[in-house]
Order: sequence, then C-alpha cells, then structure tokens
Amino acid sequence: LTELDEWNYDGSSTYQATTENSEIKLKPIRVVRDPFRRGKGLLALCETYNGNGTAALANFRKICNQVMTEAAADKPWFGIEQEYAIFVTKGTNYKYPLGWPEGGFPSEQGPYYCSVGASNAYGRELVELHQRACFYAGLKYAGLNAEVLPSQWEFQIGPCEGIEMGDHLWLARYLLHRAGEVFGLDVSFDPKPFKGWNGSGAHTNFSTLAMRNENGLEAIVQGIESLQTAHKDHIQVYGIGNERRLVGACETSSIEKFSYGIGNRAASIRIPFDCAAKKCGYMEDRRPASNCDPYLVTGIIVDSVCLGGKHRQDILQSWNEFQKRTTTHH
Amino acid sequence: MQSKVDAWSYVNKQAYDFPEGLHFTPVEYIWIGGTGQDIRAKTKVYPRVVTKLEELEEWNYDGSSTYQATTENSEIRLRPVKVVKDPFRRPYGLLALCETYHGDGTPAVANFRFVANKVMEKAKSQHPWFGFEQEYCIYVTRGTNYKYPLGWPEGGFPTQQGPYYCSQGASYAYGRELVELHQRSCAYAGITYAGRNAETMPSQWEYQNGPCEGINSGDEMFLSRYLLRRCGEVFGLDVSFDPKPVKGWAGTGGHCNFSTEKMRAAGGIAEIQAAITKLGEHHNEHILLYGEGNEQRLTGKNETSPIDIFSYGIGSRAASIRIPNGCNEDQKGYLEDRRPAGNCDPYLVTALLVSTVCLNGEFNQELIDAYKSSKARSLAPHH
Repeated sequence: LTELDEWNYDGSSTYQATTENSEIKLKPIRVVRDPFRRGKGLLALCETYNGNGTAALANFRKICNQVMTEAAADKPWFGIEQEYAIFVTKGTNYKYPLGWPEGGFPSEQGPYYCSVGASNAYGRELVELHQRACFYAGLKYAGLNAEVLPSQWEFQIGPCEGIEMGDHLWLARYLLHRAGEVFGLDVSFDPKPFKGWNGSGAHTNFSTLAMRNENGLEAIVQGIESLQTAHKDHIQVYGIGNERRLVGACETSSIEKFSYGIGNRAASIRIPFDCAAKKCGYMEDRRPASNCDPYLVTGIIVDSVCLGGKHRQDILQSWNEFQKRTTTHH
Repeated sequence: MQSKVDAWSYVNKQAYDFPEGLHFTPVEYIWIGGTGQDIRAKTKVYPRVVTKLEELEEWNYDGSSTYQATTENSEIRLRPVKVVKDPFRRPYGLLALCETYHGDGTPAVANFRFVANKVMEKAKSQHPWFGFEQEYCIYVTRGTNYKYPLGWPEGGFPTQQGPYYCSQGASYAYGRELVELHQRSCAYAGITYAGRNAETMPSQWEYQNGPCEGINSGDEMFLSRYLLRRCGEVFGLDVSFDPKPVKGWAGTGGHCNFSTEKMRAAGGIAEIQAAITKLGEHHNEHILLYGEGNEQRLTGKNETSPIDIFSYGIGSRAASIRIPNGCNEDQKGYLEDRRPAGNCDPYLVTALLVSTVCLNGEFNQELIDAYKSSKARSLAPHH
C-alpha cells in the first residue's frame, strides 16, 4: 500500500462534482491481489476527497473511520450477510432474473433456499467464481448459500474488526460485478425486486469485546436498548427503498416498529439461540437493506452502542448532504 | 453468453490460491429438507486447513425456508456426521453430510437417520451390508416448473422401449456426459460406486452404491444423490427419482441388495430364507416406508411385483424379493429387495430391513411412527 501514489479522477462523470470543479483525489487505503489479473495485479480501494480536503459525496468511510478509531478499545466485530439477485442483462436498461421465464414468474418460493439442481439453483458458476476470487484477494469470505427467491444468493463477509468490514464488503461487491461480466450477468442489490417475493437484505452481525466475554448477554441487551432509542435514525442510513422490504412479512420486521427476540427472524434484532444459551456472543441487526453502505451501518451501530451516539448528527448530516447534492436521481 | 459447460470449465480453471499466511477451506453442509426429497446445502468457510469430521463445528439454518419450522422458531441445528472431499472445489473443499435437530434436541422433519442409527448400532454385530441400485431419469429443464426427458421429442414420445437398456449410440443413450461426470465425482469423494448402466426407459440410468455397512449406506446414498443433481447443474439438466414418470413405461426403482454376515458365510442360504420369511410377515410395513407414489410403479408389470402381494423367487424379476442365481448355486450370499422406489429414503429402507430381519421387528413401530409424525409436521405443500 505504501508504494502506491495518490491519484485523481473526473468527479463530474460520477455524479460527485460539477464540471467547473471536477477533480476528486483518490487516496488508496487498502490493497489486495487482483484475481482477474493473477500474477502481479492489485486492487486498490480508495477514499475520495475534494480539492479542499473535505470528503467527497458518498465517502462515508471518513466518518466511519473516526468512529472506529475512537471505539477501538471495544473491539467491535462485524459479519455482514450480503444478499443479491442475479439478472440476465440485455444492454443498459433491460434485465430479468436468471432462470425466470422472461416477462413472467417461476414457481412459488419454497424449493430454492440452499437448493441444488438445475431447476432450483440459478447462477452457480457466478457464485463459485466469486468465491475463488474473494479467496485469492484474501477477503474474509465466510460462507455462501442460495436464497429464497430463485436467482437470489447470499455470501457472508466477516468477522472483521472496525473499518475492515466496510473495506472488505466493498471489495467483495466490486468482485461480484466483475465476475458477472464473465457470464454476461449482472447483480442487483435492490432491497425488494418483486412485491410479494423475498427481498434482499444485508443483515449485520455485531459484537463488542464485552458481548463476547463471559456473561456478555448483559452487554448485548444493553446494546439493543441503545439501538432501540435510535431506531428511526438508523433506518435513515440503512439503505434506500428499505420501506418496500421491511413490511413485517417474508421474514422481515416492520420498518416502523423496533423489536427483538431470541431466534426470531421476524424481529429487527435477532439474538441467536446459541448466544442466549451460552449467555454471550453477538446480535444480528436484520434491518439493513442489501444496498446499504456498510460504512454507514457499521459506523452508526458502533456510535450508538459504544459512543453514546456522539457522532450521530454528523453521520446523518453527511448522509443527507449526499442525498441532496449528488447529481444522480434514484 | 457462452454455454453452461464452458462457463463451468472457466470457473474450474481458476485455481484455489490464497495470499501468504492465509488459507480458506470451504465446507458444504448438506442436509435433507422438509419434503424428505429436497437436498439442501450451504457453505461455511473455515479460515484454516480443515480435513476431518472432528474439526467441523455444528451450525444452524433457517428451517422456515425448508418446510421444517415456522418463522418465529426457525433455527434448526446442523450436526455433521460424515465428511468427504468436494469434487467441485478441488483440492481443499469438503462436503459435510449433516443431521438436523431442533433446539430441544428432537430430530427435525425428515431426519430419519436419528432412528436408523439406533437400529444399526443395536445390530452392529450382524454386520448388515447394503447395495442400492439407484435409478433416475434425466430431464431438460426450462426454469422452475417445466421439464421433459432428455432425448425425447418435446411433448411427445420416443420409439418404444427395447433398444435403450445398456445401450450405446447417440440415438439410444441420452446423458452420457452427466453420468460420467457423476461417476468421477463419486470416485473423487471416495463414495462407493459399484457400477452404472443405461436403463430401460430412454433418459433413464442407474448407478449402484455399495456394499456399505450399516448407517454408511444411507449416508453415501444421500451424498451421491446430492452429487448427481450438482453434476446436472453443469449441463443445465436435472434428475428425477419419481417412481413412475410415464405411465406404461418403465418405472424408477431403488432396489436394495442386503445381507448379514451369516448370510454371506457358508450355508448362508438358510439365513436368507429365514430372512425372506420374516420380510413376508412385515410386507405392508415395508411398503409404507419404501417411497411415495410406489403404487404407480409396483403394478406387477414392467419387471415389478404387485404392491399388495409379497413374493420371492430365484432369479425372478417379477417377485418382491429375488434370490440371485449365483447365491442359490453358492448356497450363500444376499437377497435383492426389489420393492423400494427410486425416491425412497435409504435410511428408512436399510433400518427397516435390519429391524425386521436382524432384530425381530423391534424398531419397526418406531420407524413407522417417525415417518408418520414427520409427514404430519412437514410444512411442504401437498404434491
């Protein structure tokens, strides 16, 4: 990493700047091996900065890093379950889910979750290629499974400490799109591709040192209580379009109401059975959408649980600023 | 976009290669879902070298998505019971066959291995061996709910049966690539693969798994079935174990060859005959647990015995039980139970055979109760 130079690019071509003031700096912050250029190729994840030193639009890593640095003693660990759907693409603006009859619907959900067989599992080549690519890059790729919606899959990244979570997940997302190119397939992180069918989430498993230690269940419950009071603020930064997904059905909680339970997949926060039994471990925040920014999610969780919400207003402000000023419309 | 086969070939060429100091072992946890037929699997990656069963941790999954639990109480535990090498993730990947349990320790829907294991433990000293002849049909699939048999004219019928059994040639044998890939996959995984042949119905094949002792038979059968469907994905083909895919054409069976140490010893023919007598007394119980839809297959035609009549014969393929000619000549060996359907649960079949023949029916009721209770609790939609 230390050998890499800073660089810059035209931010007016990426919805991040105006033509008059378009140069945005690229600061490499993590480097891994490039699986598509095996040999000597590298991937360099970068932070983006305006000329005046402020974080560019959508650079939420800066504030996340601040939070993680301050809370370092709590050793916050994360594991994110990234869901997504695979699509067959025709050009730039037409696509349909892989394995679906074009323009129609497949048999109802039930057989596809963790399935095997050509009538159930669509996209095996892509997900296996992605796995090998993540291994090659040394990303903390922890698992994989076919999901409830046909053409939908999930991979897990973790356990990562602090800022590492956002870094590894963004790199894994890049590799997923890049792997899709090999097959003429693209992936979508839209949280609710089809009404009445399962949505895509980014369930975030979280723990601090205190939660992992003996009798950590107390710390888990305390953490959940902090999250409860900050529910609406968290939801704001948990992904665009999440209200279409968190409807209280299809294994989701309702977006309006905060809830938690042991082994309960219909709650906002789930405490795994094992953790309840061992009286320590971690919690699963099931609210984030698949299209969330992991820097925002991990940052606001640590801020609420470990720092008493000290940076919450700054986090929300940087998100609102981004929504207002970005030159793209969703 | 390239063909599916090309796509997988490309992926397969991307070697597992880790940065210095790191190692990842992908382990595919495999279990049986709530219909008793659906095999489910998901990957847990260990960030270190893992090669043995003892090194694997228990895991869990969302049983409400596999017809085995409700959303409010969805967690089901996965307990690895057998591990083999994964032919699709060479050289480090593993396949871990698992038993499924609720939080309170009760076996989940379709976990019949739990009872089967008790039976096999009790009868250990008799060394029961099994060899299954797993038949299946290969289908071309279009999406999730349309398929037709490979090689058949879509919507129609091929020439009548006769040329296809053990055939070669592109006009008779359909799916050779899948069959060969499956054989190599089983060999790599160390699954006992005793043989294979093209079957009577075009697109139908059979492979033989065994001889396996005790619980290992059910274990290897489920692993080889998983591999068969996984191999099919490479070609965009799926397989069906449905016992009677097309009326009037050959059905799909799961004949079970069975013997105990005494049957295999000199003069064992007496043991074989004693076993057949016991099986005759428990015919209806066996039929109940030998696969759903079997009544469409066991009609008394197409080399089957009628479902409601128990019979046996030397060298007879029209009987419930066949004593191979060779065993009759040697006066020892094994018997072939021709009643199980292709979609049977091998744990139930093997356990019931042992319970009836070796343990005087001691576990028959428990097996039947487990089967009925599982069916009642399953959340699968009715077929």
